[in-house]
Amino acid sequence: MKNKTKLPGIFLGIVLVVMYLPILMVVLYSFNEGKLIASWKGFSLDWYVQLFQDEEIWEAVKNSLILGLLSCFSAAIMGTLGAVGMARVKWRTKGAVEYISTIPIMIPEIILGMVFLTFFHLLNLPNGMVTLVIAHTAFCIPYIYMMVKARLVGMDKALEEAAQDLGATPVRTFFDITLPLILPAVASGCLLAFAMSWDDVIISIFVTGPRVTTLPIKIYTQMKTGVTPEINALCTVMLGVTVLVLTLSGFIQKRFQKKQL
Amino acid sequence: MGEIILSLKNIKKRFGETEVLKGISLDVEQGEFITLLGSSGCGKTTTLRIIAGLEEPDQGQVILEGRDVTKLEPHKRNVNTVFQSYALFPHMDVASNVAYGLKIRKVPKTEQKKKVEDVLNLVQLGEYGKRYPSELSGGQRQRVAIARAIVNNPRVLLLDEPLGALDLQLRRQMQIELKRLQKRLGITFIYITHDQEEAINMSDRIVVMNQGIFEQMGTPDEVYNHPLTSYVARFVGSANIFHRDGKAYAIRSEHVLFSKEETYPYRGVVKEKSFAGGQLRVLMQLPDGQEITASRHGIDAQVAEGDTVCLGWEPDHAVPVRE
Repeated sequence: MKNKTKLPGIFLGIVLVVMYLPILMVVLYSFNEGKLIASWKGFSLDWYVQLFQDEEIWEAVKNSLILGLLSCFSAAIMGTLGAVGMARVKWRTKGAVEYISTIPIMIPEIILGMVFLTFFHLLNLPNGMVTLVIAHTAFCIPYIYMMVKARLVGMDKALEEAAQDLGATPVRTFFDITLPLILPAVASGCLLAFAMSWDDVIISIFVTGPRVTTLPIKIYTQMKTGVTPEINALCTVMLGVTVLVLTLSGFIQKRFQKKQL
Repeated sequence: MGEIILSLKNIKKRFGETEVLKGISLDVEQGEFITLLGSSGCGKTTTLRIIAGLEEPDQGQVILEGRDVTKLEPHKRNVNTVFQSYALFPHMDVASNVAYGLKIRKVPKTEQKKKVEDVLNLVQLGEYGKRYPSELSGGQRQRVAIARAIVNNPRVLLLDEPLGALDLQLRRQMQIELKRLQKRLGITFIYITHDQEEAINMSDRIVVMNQGIFEQMGTPDEVYNHPLTSYVARFVGSANIFHRDGKAYAIRSEHVLFSKEETYPYRGVVKEKSFAGGQLRVLMQLPDGQEITASRHGIDAQVAEGDTVCLGWEPDHAVPVRE
């Protein structure tokens, strides 16, 4: 039977118009010589030069990187151990526990932000990098947990048993067999989590202190004074980094799948 | 009688509501090739896992070389397993897979290399050390799994349907090779299969399992020619179970005589004729509803479906069995 539906074409058209056209505009106008968004004055890299000379921007980049790396790292450890641990137990409440561990992805960020703000306030924890890292770690864990869990589900349980059968202690089995096999999942989970942390603005605004600005917050606050081409340039750079990270994540997963039996 | 290397004493195990093992006992001699034969779900894999230490029995003891190992963890037992799925480590090449057990026991590097080389030659994979499991065929993976286990020179080697995933031709070839290997190494093999031909071909002794109990233990000749229970007769010999005067008899299909002319004690109607594996099978129904299958080599038989025939057997061929 010939498939004559036009739906895929329509879908693609809508996606291109509402999603990629605006992105293209932003990227294009970041190379605009003029200061106004509305008119094209010619190609120029001036805004990028200005952007890279802006010390506040560099400070924000530094904060975003530190935040992303620290929260990814701690989320990777907790998410991985959580997934490995949960794969071993046969609790009756397992389903509930797994639901609880992944639900932060579904909760609206504005609520999470509120919740964290209240929580840190109750703990008397001053807002700043520490609170940012805690909050970001919390919402990064589910990404890594889910990735590693998916990997563990596809893994032959007999592999770990074979290692123990050959004389490996459970700890040794983890480092020799389990970890190498789930590492690609951990890595791509980390990259995904990093991408989430890298562009988070809502939760960050709630839990950050007056002296710590991340890159997305910087963009958000600058927008209040109008959309400048410099912001366009910054968005383009961020977009580039995000796409790079996500592509890398996908690439790791693909390559890894090929190597499997 | 050789030295007893492994004993199971009244092992019981249940998973939730189901009692998988209902008190099994077994003594295995040094160097013996023993097969646990049974259909899926009879508890044979659980028995193997209990010997390997991957499951703990609810009750009973596992004695290995005179030592109670019931609660000993798998990595402390001197037994190795060839898993049904082979369980080769996909991120290690063949040589590293095979060397893994030696590496853990801190065998010196040069000795490791020598042993790995020897064992790979033994399973005819000398050239394959640098390959990854994903680059091997099913039969080759199977050999790697065996090499990885026997390189450690275990006292007992456990094999969980190791040939199950191979095609028939390769399976026959591997049966012969495995048996040869076992004789040469003198390692005790505990082998699991649901294939009665495989069990008969390879084993010194067969244990027929059914629903968590051992129905019969004996040499292939004993379980094939002298079944004790109707289950063993049906499963191992594909025998007919014939009931008369409240007693059950096992009669193998090749021993059933039938003819339109000659006189045998019973009368039956031919219900079905089929031809498979070089054998003609004729299903006959007796007036009381019992069904008896006869088999013959070749396709020649003078009866057709619907014919009334006389049938019977030599008295010696009807083996009394328990239900």
